[in-house]
Amino acid sequence: MEHIKNLILRMADDELIIGHRSSEWTGIGPILEEDIAFSSMAQDKIGHALANYTILNKEFKMPEPDRFAFFRSEKEMLNCQLAELPIGEYDFSLVRHFLFDHADFIRYEMLSDSSFTPLAQLSKKIKGELKYHVLHADTWLTRLGNATDESHARMQGSLNEIWNYALGIFEPSDYDAQLISDKVFEGENVLRQKWMEKISPIIEKANLKIPTTSQPVYGGRKGYHTEHLQPLLNEMNEVISSEAEGTEW
Amino acid sequence: MIPLKSPILDPRIKRVDVEQTFNKTVVNENENWFSWEVFHQKKRGDQHIHVGIVHAPDEQLALLFAKEQYGRRLLCANIWVVKSSDIFTFSYDDQDMFDNATAPEKQYRDASGFKVMEKINRYKKLKKEKSGTH
Repeated sequence: MEHIKNLILRMADDELIIGHRSSEWTGIGPILEEDIAFSSMAQDKIGHALANYTILNKEFKMPEPDRFAFFRSEKEMLNCQLAELPIGEYDFSLVRHFLFDHADFIRYEMLSDSSFTPLAQLSKKIKGELKYHVLHADTWLTRLGNATDESHARMQGSLNEIWNYALGIFEPSDYDAQLISDKVFEGENVLRQKWMEKISPIIEKANLKIPTTSQPVYGGRKGYHTEHLQPLLNEMNEVISSEAEGTEW
Repeated sequence: MIPLKSPILDPRIKRVDVEQTFNKTVVNENENWFSWEVFHQKKRGDQHIHVGIVHAPDEQLALLFAKEQYGRRLLCANIWVVKSSDIFTFSYDDQDMFDNATAPEKQYRDASGFKVMEKINRYKKLKKEKSGTH
């Protein structure tokens, strides 16, 4: 069962961390409507994380979601490093949203006929939300890639900066072979190929170019993280930790 | 031409294929985005009801924003957006034109006076009897 636990944990941690990062735009988004849309998608992501932690709790007797989400050290977090990077400027967050959400969408699509029923059910439940997330990302990418010289340069710059981290989403896992043979999940390799096929024409339509050289940033799936994750975790459990110290809210 | 989702069931409505559409709209510096009236439909077959506005440079983004603004907390089957500048209206100065609409002497205009249930029931009964004989 370790292979299924590991897969779900990777997904849950990705969603928790990127959801939290995206929520940092709440109140300071570029325009009111976009602020609300981005915040709402951030909430969706936290919801997906909760759904996955709940599966871990129910099916594998792992700690209850609130404790499990907030009280692990960075070494125990299995999110890809892409998710934990600071929000940067809006172009950076949009490009990350585009690259991550397409992978997320395809991953759940692949899980829709997983032999592990709770994941197949979750996939069906959140399909519509993910559809909106990628539609939102595609709409902005194609517009800003084609708008002004500045917007194009910013989007291309962010794409160049993020690309290697995005490839880190598909960090090979020791459990892939078993996930494939048990028909739980077709594996990170297949996911990466499908992702490339899906995003390439959209990037082209946005008049942007995928960097020609790549050096995937691995490590996140094994608990190795950037200097940005631990401060984020501290911030996330600040309130709940203060209760343990006797603060009443 | 805006690419549309097919089939178009109601020829009066343009169903935008948001995924396929890319219309380059140029919004110049210091120019405002357009405002769009948003209509929300609770379930298929219901009327679309006006719920508010969003600001967006084009119809695709207007739909994207309207979905989160007005569709995220309600049961929702569909959303319309219409450019606010495409709405035509009377002036409130002319409100007196509507004044007597509910006057008691015009009650004859209400459909409520017709007693049809009796006829309907009689028809239903007749139909039931007929089908019973076959």
